[in-house]
Amino acid sequence: MRDSLRSGEVATIGKSVVVKGELSGSEDLVVDGEVEGSIALRGQSLTIGPNGRVRANIEARNVIVHGRVDGDIHATDRVELRKSASLSGDISTARISIEDGAFFKGTIDIQKPEPGTAKMEPRPQTTAVAAAVPVSAQGSLLEPKKV
Amino acid sequence: MYHQDRSIAARAALPIQWCAVAPSFFSKFFGGAGRQGTDDEVVSGEKISRRSTGFNEYIRAISREEGLKVLDLGSTSPANITFMTGLGHKFHQEDVLRSATDKALVIPNGDGGTTIDVHRYFDENLDFEREDFDAVMFWDLADFLPEPLVKPLIERIHVAMKPGGIMFALFHTKDAGSDAPFYRYNIASKDTLELQPARAYRLQRIFNNRHVENLFRDYASIKFFLGRDNIREVLVIR
Repeated sequence: MRDSLRSGEVATIGKSVVVKGELSGSEDLVVDGEVEGSIALRGQSLTIGPNGRVRANIEARNVIVHGRVDGDIHATDRVELRKSASLSGDISTARISIEDGAFFKGTIDIQKPEPGTAKMEPRPQTTAVAAAVPVSAQGSLLEPKKV
Repeated sequence: MYHQDRSIAARAALPIQWCAVAPSFFSKFFGGAGRQGTDDEVVSGEKISRRSTGFNEYIRAISREEGLKVLDLGSTSPANITFMTGLGHKFHQEDVLRSATDKALVIPNGDGGTTIDVHRYFDENLDFEREDFDAVMFWDLADFLPEPLVKPLIERIHVAMKPGGIMFALFHTKDAGSDAPFYRYNIASKDTLELQPARAYRLQRIFNNRHVENLFRDYASIKFFLGRDNIREVLVIR
């Protein structure tokens, strides 16, 4: 993120800047200040810097959070919560990565990526998936085991 | 391994002893209400790997279909999020113990001491729809939460779980001791949990089997698994 800030290749909201209202655009954005309202960067990346404080619903292609966000995030590709991140809100995305130390409160809904977009991350090893059975119909769970 | 299953009718006949008797016993046993950790009191230490029969059964139960809604009430764990979303489930995270240490919740209790503002706690946390969740990971939070929150939290979860939904919980045995550390539980695999030392929360109480049964008296069934490390695993069906 620092490289991006130095190079000036992305729009930046500095740490002393406070914005209230709707933010939208078609270029990458770094928020290291305060934003209250909504952020819509369709097809672009949003980075919330370590000093960033965002109270807004966010729509973007990629969202990287170092700072604090209160609001929902909808990312068409990827959400990254770095170790200093604090997010209270729901996440809807195709891929997610969360660093140890990040705080999260909310729901994560992994959306299947649209054809031709990013690939899903590999699943962890699990037991073989049996035929779909409602949880309420899991009779074996209630039956005593023989010791 | 020890396990137990009882009918709802049989459990309904049991008095709710834990909330009336247990607190004074626990205070006497552990010498007071105990200090709770804060965000500044992150503890470092070695991670412990623990095989879990109960958790294996829990995972088997929720692996039969995708798209379930899973609630994790413990500390934010990237491993748990990766594992559960990898199964194709929706994942909801709410760190109930961390929320309970919010200093703004502390109010006078009328006797010169302090207590926790239960109404405000539930106004600000665990605001769920009825019958919203298929599965809950409760971990060992009942042993660490402030006393006034334990029973209301179990009742709130009962409302939020779907009938037939499943909960995985852990309880210390009396051999654990008052200095039992608080761990964050990370899912390492379908039958292995990684215990990571976390904040300096102090064990508040110990439930015996009867207390656990009373705690979940409104649920359909309960099944115990006794481990070798002073921890009982419990599977509860809503």
